[in-house]
Amino acid sequence: MNFIVIAVIVLGAIGLIAAIVLFVCSKRFAVYEDPRIAQVNELLPGANCGGCGFAGCGGMADALVKGADKGSLEGLNCPVGGADVMGRVADLLGMAIANGDPKVAVVRCGGSCELRPRIAEYGGLRTCAAMNACSAGETGCGYGCLGCGDCVKACQFGALRINPETGLAEVDEEKCTACGACVKACPRHIIELRKKGPKGRRVFVSCVNKDKGAIAMKACKAACIGCGKCVRECQFEAITLGQNVSYIDFTKCRLCKKCVAVCPTKAIHAVNFPAPKPQPESPDSNVNKGKEAQA
Amino acid sequence: MNIRTFRIGGIHPEENKLTHEVPTQVAALPKQAVFPLGQHIGAPAVPVVQKGDKVKVGTLIADAGGFVSAPIFSSVSGTVAKIDTTIDATGYRKPCIFIDVEGDEWEESIDRSDKLELVKDHPELTPEEIVIRIKSAGVVGMGGACFPTFIKLTPPPTAKAECVIINAVECEPYITADYRLMMEHADEILVGLELLMKAAKVNKGYIGIETNKPKAIELLTQKAAQTFSGSTYQVEVVPLKQRYPQGGEKQLVDAVIRRQVPAPPAIPVNVGAIVQNVGTAFAVYQAVMKRKPLFERYTTVTGKRLKKPGNYLVRMGTLMTDLIEVCGGMPEGDNKVLAGGPMMGKALMSTDVPICKGTNSVTILTDDDARRKEPQPCIRCAKCVAACPMGLEPYLLAKLSAYQQWERAEKEDIVSCIECGSCQFTCPAHRPLLDNIRQGKSTVMGIIRARSAKK
Repeated sequence: MNFIVIAVIVLGAIGLIAAIVLFVCSKRFAVYEDPRIAQVNELLPGANCGGCGFAGCGGMADALVKGADKGSLEGLNCPVGGADVMGRVADLLGMAIANGDPKVAVVRCGGSCELRPRIAEYGGLRTCAAMNACSAGETGCGYGCLGCGDCVKACQFGALRINPETGLAEVDEEKCTACGACVKACPRHIIELRKKGPKGRRVFVSCVNKDKGAIAMKACKAACIGCGKCVRECQFEAITLGQNVSYIDFTKCRLCKKCVAVCPTKAIHAVNFPAPKPQPESPDSNVNKGKEAQA
Repeated sequence: MNIRTFRIGGIHPEENKLTHEVPTQVAALPKQAVFPLGQHIGAPAVPVVQKGDKVKVGTLIADAGGFVSAPIFSSVSGTVAKIDTTIDATGYRKPCIFIDVEGDEWEESIDRSDKLELVKDHPELTPEEIVIRIKSAGVVGMGGACFPTFIKLTPPPTAKAECVIINAVECEPYITADYRLMMEHADEILVGLELLMKAAKVNKGYIGIETNKPKAIELLTQKAAQTFSGSTYQVEVVPLKQRYPQGGEKQLVDAVIRRQVPAPPAIPVNVGAIVQNVGTAFAVYQAVMKRKPLFERYTTVTGKRLKKPGNYLVRMGTLMTDLIEVCGGMPEGDNKVLAGGPMMGKALMSTDVPICKGTNSVTILTDDDARRKEPQPCIRCAKCVAACPMGLEPYLLAKLSAYQQWERAEKEDIVSCIECGSCQFTCPAHRPLLDNIRQGKSTVMGIIRARSAKK
């Protein structure tokens, strides 16, 4: 019987010592985690898309709580959850939130196969990054969409596709969460997150070609030639011209579409506007064409 | 005799040296010459001329834009038409200087005589003076990489040069420009080598030539014995077994002096060797002895279907279109035009690209040669591993790059890749290995640069 007693005593002693060590360690080396982080994490969509700029929703939750402690949630936005989720997070943390306008990815290239002829054949690896690194692509435009779909691969929401007819990337507005993964994936920086606009209406320059007008025009009939007509037409100073290409500031644009009407190459697109009433002399017929090119 | 070569990997592509015995012709002057400002490794040159300025042959038109950079000289006389952009070998528009050609008037400072100047007749040429003359003449590596030559001659204090190796390997198929240069200007090349050895303060020189050029080996061996007999310089012509990429400087160092250059950032001078192309040796001779800046070069225009392939002494800034026209025009069928040879050359989007300091060849591949074969699944044969001259695992690097596993790619030494294309050449499944690896290499190098910038 003796050995049973010894075994019980030894095991009991080991158990006791281990318990004491564990207890001391758990108190002494305890890491305090703000309970709010877990709560915020619950509210976030859990897509771990990285659209906010952090490694995942956990990182974002951490940043949000830290931001709240510092007194501001500025610059932190969950593009997937949008205003709804950010509002709930702000409520939880007792903060006011600058309500960001919903955004959408916009592909700023209108150089379809028809308008931007192929001048060479590319035989290498079919990714935009590889093509962009070793050549200007298959067309004469060194700035436009390469059509190999790096953005399509980057999108976790299935919101992008390459239109086989135009050879250009297209965004499905319904699916796009404005996470910005495509913006990072595009080696030519064509895709931009722009304000979605009321009823999805927005106006943008669908070209990023920085070449001089004549050269850009030779490569692509839909190129912005940097003529500056839109800049002069705009009453709200929303349009700027730099490096032979104009850019519409979506925070200033009032969607009057006057620039669309004057653009000689129809490089300015207006989308989701109602079709203009049939007016034989209306300059707004451009709008329709722009829309078609986008659609 | 046991003929040397490098020890790891390598392949032997079909040679197709169509123009070996075609003597070099002087190409006609262009009507307008185009000078891209970035035709060397490093910062682009900065223009020092303006529209309307008159220039002569050999006039400085753009000065070095930084330490790692090189000045650019006009190859023609005439008037600066504009400073604008043109497409370069990549197809992107880059800044360049356009000069309308009028006559052919040279700068007076250039010695145009054929007299061979020897180093012993010029005691004023100290090592420092030689380096200064090389630098101010805009001499860069003529093998294609275009690294400014003067930097190679002034190694970092941690490394000590022991020998100069002249790269006369020309292992790329089709190209024969270096071979013609050796056959036609052997004396000048040897003086160039002597200048390089003097500048680098070494007395040992090697000339590595592949055995498919027996005449050049014979000629240079004989001339070297004459030139360097009784001098303190020891020069040896080393015949090398044909193997691609022997012209890569790390492979050449291994083949010639049996030393292996460690992984980047180590360079050949870390094992005591300074490698210079034969074209560079010739350019050094002209720059130092004749005060002639770098503005013309030997270029091969070749292709199986080309009517009259040939070797040309071309003024830089001449458009490839003009050269192809002289050779009988673009062949019928689908053509792929390469700046450089078929292994490492760059496919062009347009032939309206000027000949630059590094354009050793214009190669035209037609129809079947021009197209890649459809890629098939990898069959794990490891041929690419056997072929890689850097001892890497190309199949793995390609996969890691495709899956964007940058950390792992860095661990697997992706930055050691010299982009020779041996893996892709040897792949029986025609997989685009190098396309992927190149992508990964540039990304990983970017990550490394960003990391060291942070420190």
